Amino acid sequence: MSLEPALFYALAGVGLFAIGLHALFAYAHLLRKILALNVMSGGVFLFLIAIASRSAGPVPDPVPHAMVLTGIVVSVCATGLALVLANRVQATTGKMQLPDEGDGA
Amino acid sequence: MNLDHWLLVFILLSSFTTGLIIFFLDEEAHRLRTFLNLLGASLKVILVGAMIAGVHSNHVYESRLTLLPGLDLVLRADAMSVLFVALSSVLWLVTTLYAVGYLEGAPHRSRFFGFFSICVSATTGVALSGNLITFLIFYELLTLSTYPLVAHRGTEKALKAGRNYLIYTLSGGALLLLATVWLHTLAGPVEFSLGGKLGQAALEHGTELTIIFALLIAGLGVKAALVPLHGWLPQAMVAPAPVSALLHAVAVVKAGAFGIVRVVYDLYGVRTAQYLGVLPPLAAVAAFTIVYGSARALFQDDLKRRLAFSTVSQVSFIVLGTAIFGPVAALGGLVHLVHQGLMKITLFFCAGNLAEALGVHKVSEMAGVGKRMPWTMAAFTIGALGMIGVPPLAGFVSKWYLGTGAVLAGDYWVLAVLAVSSALNAAYLLPILHAAWFQEQQGPWPREETRGRWETRGMLLLPPLITAGLVLGAGLLANAPFSPLGWVRLISDREYGL
Amino acid sequence: MTFLETAPWMIWTVLLPLCAGICTFLFQRAAPWLGVAAALGNALAVAALAAQVLRGGSLRYPVGGWGVPLGIDLRADGLSTLMLAMSAVIGVAVSVYAARYFSDEDAEDDLEAQRHKRAYFWPLWMFLLAGLNGLFLSADIFHLYVTLELLGFSAVSLAALAGQRAALVAAMRYLLVSLLGSLCFLFGVALLYAAYATVDVTTLAGLAKAGPITWTALGLMTGGLLMKSAVFPLHFWLPPAHANAPAPVSALLSALVVKASFYILLRLWFELFRGVVTLPAANFLGLLGAAAILWGSFQALRVRRLKLLVAYSTVAQLGYLCLLFPLAQNAGVAFTAWSGCIYFMLAHACAKAAMFLAAGNMAHAAGHDRIAGLDGITQALPLSVTAFMLAGISLIGLPPSGGFIAKWMLLKAAIASGQWGWALLMLAGSLLAAGYVMRVLRHAFTQVDKALPLHRVPRTMEWTAAGLAVLAVLLGLMAARPLALLRIGAPVADAAVAAVEGGPR
Repeated sequence: MSLEPALFYALAGVGLFAIGLHALFAYAHLLRKILALNVMSGGVFLFLIAIASRSAGPVPDPVPHAMVLTGIVVSVCATGLALVLANRVQATTGKMQLPDEGDGA
Repeated sequence: MNLDHWLLVFILLSSFTTGLIIFFLDEEAHRLRTFLNLLGASLKVILVGAMIAGVHSNHVYESRLTLLPGLDLVLRADAMSVLFVALSSVLWLVTTLYAVGYLEGAPHRSRFFGFFSICVSATTGVALSGNLITFLIFYELLTLSTYPLVAHRGTEKALKAGRNYLIYTLSGGALLLLATVWLHTLAGPVEFSLGGKLGQAALEHGTELTIIFALLIAGLGVKAALVPLHGWLPQAMVAPAPVSALLHAVAVVKAGAFGIVRVVYDLYGVRTAQYLGVLPPLAAVAAFTIVYGSARALFQDDLKRRLAFSTVSQVSFIVLGTAIFGPVAALGGLVHLVHQGLMKITLFFCAGNLAEALGVHKVSEMAGVGKRMPWTMAAFTIGALGMIGVPPLAGFVSKWYLGTGAVLAGDYWVLAVLAVSSALNAAYLLPILHAAWFQEQQGPWPREETRGRWETRGMLLLPPLITAGLVLGAGLLANAPFSPLGWVRLISDREYGL
Repeated sequence: MTFLETAPWMIWTVLLPLCAGICTFLFQRAAPWLGVAAALGNALAVAALAAQVLRGGSLRYPVGGWGVPLGIDLRADGLSTLMLAMSAVIGVAVSVYAARYFSDEDAEDDLEAQRHKRAYFWPLWMFLLAGLNGLFLSADIFHLYVTLELLGFSAVSLAALAGQRAALVAAMRYLLVSLLGSLCFLFGVALLYAAYATVDVTTLAGLAKAGPITWTALGLMTGGLLMKSAVFPLHFWLPPAHANAPAPVSALLSALVVKASFYILLRLWFELFRGVVTLPAANFLGLLGAAAILWGSFQALRVRRLKLLVAYSTVAQLGYLCLLFPLAQNAGVAFTAWSGCIYFMLAHACAKAAMFLAAGNMAHAAGHDRIAGLDGITQALPLSVTAFMLAGISLIGLPPSGGFIAKWMLLKAAIASGQWGWALLMLAGSLLAAGYVMRVLRHAFTQVDKALPLHRVPRTMEWTAAGLAVLAVLLGLMAARPLALLRIGAPVADAAVAAVEGGPR
C-alpha cells in the first residue's frame, strides 16, 4: 500500500505539529519552547504545501503557497521577538526558563 | 418648548445639578455651599408646588426617554407621586437646614452635601417613576448615593455598616431586576396606571406572576425594612443624625414602602392582587414586622437604635394598609406614609440635638433633659405621642383609618395587631418622656456644648419645631381638603373607584 | 455624492495608523503629537465609515481591485463598524493619557528609561491600532490570522515595556500562549482550505458542512481563540501581563486586544460554522464562561494589588461574553442575546479602560499599588476615584450605565428562553463584582490622620480616566443608535421579534 504523496506530506505536517505541541509543554527551557513552536509552524506549512499539490492542473495551487510565504515571514518575526524576550528574561531572572511564581498577588 | 414635558425633568435637575456643583467646591466655601443647597431645595419646593397645582386641575406631566426599543424611561406625575414628592421636597428643605447646622466644622462637607443632593434627586425620581424599569433605575441610584452618607464618618463601624447596607440593598436590587426582566418578558413594558394593567396576564400566567410578586416584595422589602430583611437599618444608625433623619423619614425606607404601594395599586392593581391571593401573606409579613420591630425597640438603650426599630415597625403600617383590601384601609396606609415621615423626622432631629448639645446617646442618660432642653423635648413629645396614636395628632388619624378599614374588610386580627403595637409604642416611648420631664438630672451631661442664647444652635432647633408643628397640623386639620388626608382620599377613591 | 460619502474610509483606518507607526518611530521627538493626531484622524475616519454603513448597508472593498479568491477583501458591516468605533474612541482617550504619562516631568525612574519607553510606546501602539482595525475589517480567515499575529506581537511588546522582571516574564508567557493560539488557528485555516478550497468567510459560510475535517478545524480554531481571549481555564497568562504593564498599556490590552480574538470567535461561530455548531458545544462554552465569572471574581476578591484586581475583573467579565453562545441557540431571543453581548463588549471596553487609567493614577500618586495602602486617596485624587466608581457601576451592571443595558438584554434573552441557570449566574456575578469594586472604593471613605506623601498626578490623566468612565455611564442612555447599526448585516435575528418586544397586553 502506498500513500498518495499529498496525503503523506499532509500527515507528516500533522505529525510535526503534534511533536511540536508535545515539546512545547514537556520542556521548561525557553529555547526548546521556541524551537517547538517553530517545528509546529513547519508542520502547518508542510500541510499547506501538500494541499497545494492537489490542484487539478499541472501547476500547483498558488494560494496555499502565498499563505506559506506569509506564514514564514510571520514565523521569523515571532522567533526574533521570542528570542529577544527570552534573552531579557535570562538577564533579569538568571535562568532560561519561566519561573513558577503564580500571579504575584 | 413644552413646559409640561420639562417640568418633571427640572424638578429632578434642581437637586442633581446643585449636587454635582457642590462636589467641586472647596471645603472652606461654606457660604456658597449653603447657598447652593438652600437654592436647590427651595427651587424644588416651588416647582413641586406648581406641579401639585397642575395635577389637581388634571394636567398631565410626562417625560420619556427611550433606552432600548421597548424599554422607556418614563417620568409621570399622578396623584400618588405627588404625595411622595411633596413629602420629600418639603422635608429635604428642612433637613438641609438641620444638616448645615449639625455638620458645622465637620470634615468632607462638600462630599456629604453632594451625595445628599443626589440622594434626594434619586428619591424624587423614585416618586415620579412611570414604570417599573424607571423605578428600578432610581432605586439603585438611591442605594449608590446613600452609601457614602452612611459611611461618611469613615470609622471602622461606619464602614462596616456601609458594607452591610450595600450587601442587603444590592441583593434586594438583584431580586428586583430579576423580577422586572421576567415581567417584561411575560407582559411587555407595563407602565404604572390606576388599577394596574396585569389583569389579563394574571389569567394566563398566574403562578409566574405570583412568584414575580414575591420577588418584587423581597427586593422592595429590603429598603422598606420588612423582617427579616431589616438587618441593615439599626447598624446604619452610626451615620450622622441628618442622614438617619433623611433615610428613615424620607428617602430610603419610604422608597421601599412606596414601591410596594405602587406594585400593589398601580402595577398589579388591587383586584388582580386579590385574585392572585398575594395580599394575605403580605399582610401577615407586615403584621409580624410591626410587632417584632416594636418588641425589639423595647430593649434598646441607644436612643437612635430604639428609633430605628421603631421605624422598622411603623413603616409596615403602610404595607399593612396596602395589603388589606378596601378603600378605607388604603387611606390609612397611604396617609401614614406622610404622617410617619413627619413624626419620625422630628424624633430623629431631637435625638441629634441631644447628642450634639449634651453628648446624650442613650435613654438611660436622659433623666432631667426636659429642663435643660425644653423646646427640643417638646417637639420630641409631640412626635412620640403621635407615634403612640394619641388623638388629635397625626398618628391617631392613620391608625383610626387602618382599624376601621380592617373591620370593614373583616380582618379583625388587625385590630389586635394595632392594639399590641400601640401598647408597645407606649412602652418604649413613654418612659423616655417620663425620664426627660419628671426625673431629676443625674450627674453632669456626657459632653456638654457651651450654652448659647437658646438651648442649642438655631439651625438645629428650628427644624424639629417646624416638623412638630406639621405633625400637629396634619392631625388637627386632617379633614381640611388640602391636608395629606384630603389628598390621599383623592388617590384612594380613584384606585378603588374603578 | 460628496467626497465624504464615497471615499474609501475603510482603507484609511488601516493605512493611517500604519503610516503613523512608521513616522513615530522615525521622528521620536514629535511622537506623542503624531500619535494623538493619528488617533484623532482614525476616529474621524471611523465616524465617516459609520455614516456610510448606516446609509448604505454593509460595505465591501477589494484591496487593489483584485477581488476574491486571490485578493484580499475588506468588509464593514454593523458589527465591524461598532468594533472600529470602540477602538477609535478608547484609542483617542488612551493616546491623550499616554502623551502625558510618558512625558519627562513624570518619570518615576530615571529619565533615560522614560525616554526609552516613550520611544517605543508610540510605534507599537500605532501598529496595534492598525492590526485591530485590519482585523475588524477582514473578510477572510487568512487575513484574520495575519492581523491577529500583528496584534499579538504589538501587544506582547507593549506588555514588556515596563522592563522589570515581572513584566518580562509575563510578556514571555503571553507570547508563548499567543503563538500557540495563532498556530492552532492557522492549522484550522489550512484544514478549511483543504476541505473547501477557499478562505473567504462569506463563501465558506455557504459551503461548510459537518464532517471530521470541519469539526477538527472548528475545535482547533476555537481552542486557539479561547487561549488568546483568556477564557477560563486558559486565562492564566492575563492577570500578570495586564497587571505589570504601564497603565495605558493595561487599558489597551484589557479593553481592546482580548476583544479582538473574541470577535473572531463570534464571526466563526455565527457565520462560518453556522450549520456545524451544536447545542452541547455552545453549552460547553457557556459553562467555561460561568467558571470564568466565578473564578475571576473570587480571585479579584482575594488579591492584594490594585492592578491585579482589575485584571482578574477582566477575566470575570470575559466570562459574560461566552454566555452568548448558549443563549443565542434559542431562535426566539438570538438577536437580543447578540446585542446584549456586543453592547457588553462596548461598555466593558470603556469601563475597563477607565478603571485601569484611574488605577494607574492611584498607583502613580501613592507610589505603590497595594489596595490596603490606599486610605484617604480621595483627598488627592477625587476625580480618579469618581472615575473608578463610575466604571465600577458599569461593571457591576447598575443602572444607568452601558453595563446595565447589556445585562438587561442578556437577562431578557435568558429568561425569555427559560434558561434560568444563566440568569441567576449573571445576577450572582453582579453581586461579586460589587464586592470587589467596593474593596477598593471603601478606602475613599476611611479617615486619614496625616496627609500621605503623594506624587502629583497631572490633570490630563485624571480627566481622560473620568471622561471614559462617564462615557461608560452614558452608553446606558444612548443605546438606540449603536443597536440600529448592529442590525446591519447581523447574522442572527429574533424569531418573531415583534412579539418579544411588544408583549401581550
